[in-house]
Amino acid sequence: MTGDNPLLRLRAEVVEEVVEFTLVELSQACNATPAQVAALVAEGVLAPAGQTGDEWRFAGTSLRRARLALRLARDLELNPPALALVLDMLDEITSLRARLARQHRP
Amino acid sequence: MQFKDYYEVFGVPRTATQDDIKSAYRKLARKFHPDVSREADAEARFKDIGEAYEVLKDPEKRAAYDQMGSQWKDGQDFRPPPNWDQGFEFRGADFGGADHSDFFEALFGRRAHGSGARHSRAGAQGEDHHAKIEIGLQDAYRGAQRSLGLRAPAVDATGHVVLRERHIEVTIPKGVRQGQHLRLAGQGTPGFDGGPAGDLYLEIVFRPDTRFRVEGRDVYTALALAPWEAALGATVSVGTPDGGVALKVPAGSAAGRKLRLKGKGIPGREPGDLYAEITIVIPPADTPEAVAAYQAFASAFSFNPGAESGGAL
Repeated sequence: MTGDNPLLRLRAEVVEEVVEFTLVELSQACNATPAQVAALVAEGVLAPAGQTGDEWRFAGTSLRRARLALRLARDLELNPPALALVLDMLDEITSLRARLARQHRP
Repeated sequence: MQFKDYYEVFGVPRTATQDDIKSAYRKLARKFHPDVSREADAEARFKDIGEAYEVLKDPEKRAAYDQMGSQWKDGQDFRPPPNWDQGFEFRGADFGGADHSDFFEALFGRRAHGSGARHSRAGAQGEDHHAKIEIGLQDAYRGAQRSLGLRAPAVDATGHVVLRERHIEVTIPKGVRQGQHLRLAGQGTPGFDGGPAGDLYLEIVFRPDTRFRVEGRDVYTALALAPWEAALGATVSVGTPDGGVALKVPAGSAAGRKLRLKGKGIPGREPGDLYAEITIVIPPADTPEAVAAYQAFASAFSFNPGAESGGAL
């Protein structure tokens, strides 16, 4: 271990607010291949703006969803249609839990 | 370093077939995967499960693991092979994330993790890194500075790879919410042969708070009122993560009612709201004066809330 560099001050961007990803950028951010991310688009898990792969622009909120999808696909060995189903059900569970918390926790 | 019994994780014998292992893994993964599980220790359990599977599903790794013999017991002190600490390391003060156990890294190396989606060709961009950063709700209201220690390999003047530690100070912008990501450009793995460095992503996690519950941009807090405040109305002070604010409670406020403080949730272009949820606290009748007051109270009303449910005599 060497070097005690001067403290570097960095300003962070909030991905969900200001970032828009291309296919290549989103793949890089997920440590996945563009083909893996394109498969999520084909299955409707991600919905970028634009027609073709080169034109696709993913909202910042896609990062969380893409990483979740890739984790589930890898760890639970899910195929793409099962993955899409699991993600839809997780969304539904999240909104039901939020509703429950509103009703039961004064 | 402690020995890890990967067979014990799955509850299978050392003679288990690859299919047995796969099926045991899938069952446990469905139960403990942190993205789907509500088990309290899901993250830690899944880390063990994933690590055990990574070794046992791969015939080569399984063979290497089996070679150490069956005399080891889980948790037993284990002496690693030489040079076990070579390799890449990346950790920061506030970082969670799925590191392997020391035991795993000793045997298979840090870089055994991951599928190797990209290769280190010349000029390639370094990998992006992800970590979690825990902040208080107040930091989301006001913004904050946090310093992090990062360790990454670098090439020194003599051409050797050394582990270099650096500290960065991150400005956490006001208005961040649970689950959002901060991007620090160029703070991931250095590029290969002149390629650009990867980025570092920090996922925002709110430290659990006993006073506030957060839902997206909106924040909920309990507001305890005396019965007369709820009945007659009052102006009370409500604690928000950013300090107290005065709130006018309308007369006749029932328990469970939510009073909205518009724009006092998490700040932003569209700030959230803060909801004060009313609970009514009954003072104890523990002095003669208090007892007399309750008796006067009772005689002033013909009020029998139990009657409807048949509870009153």
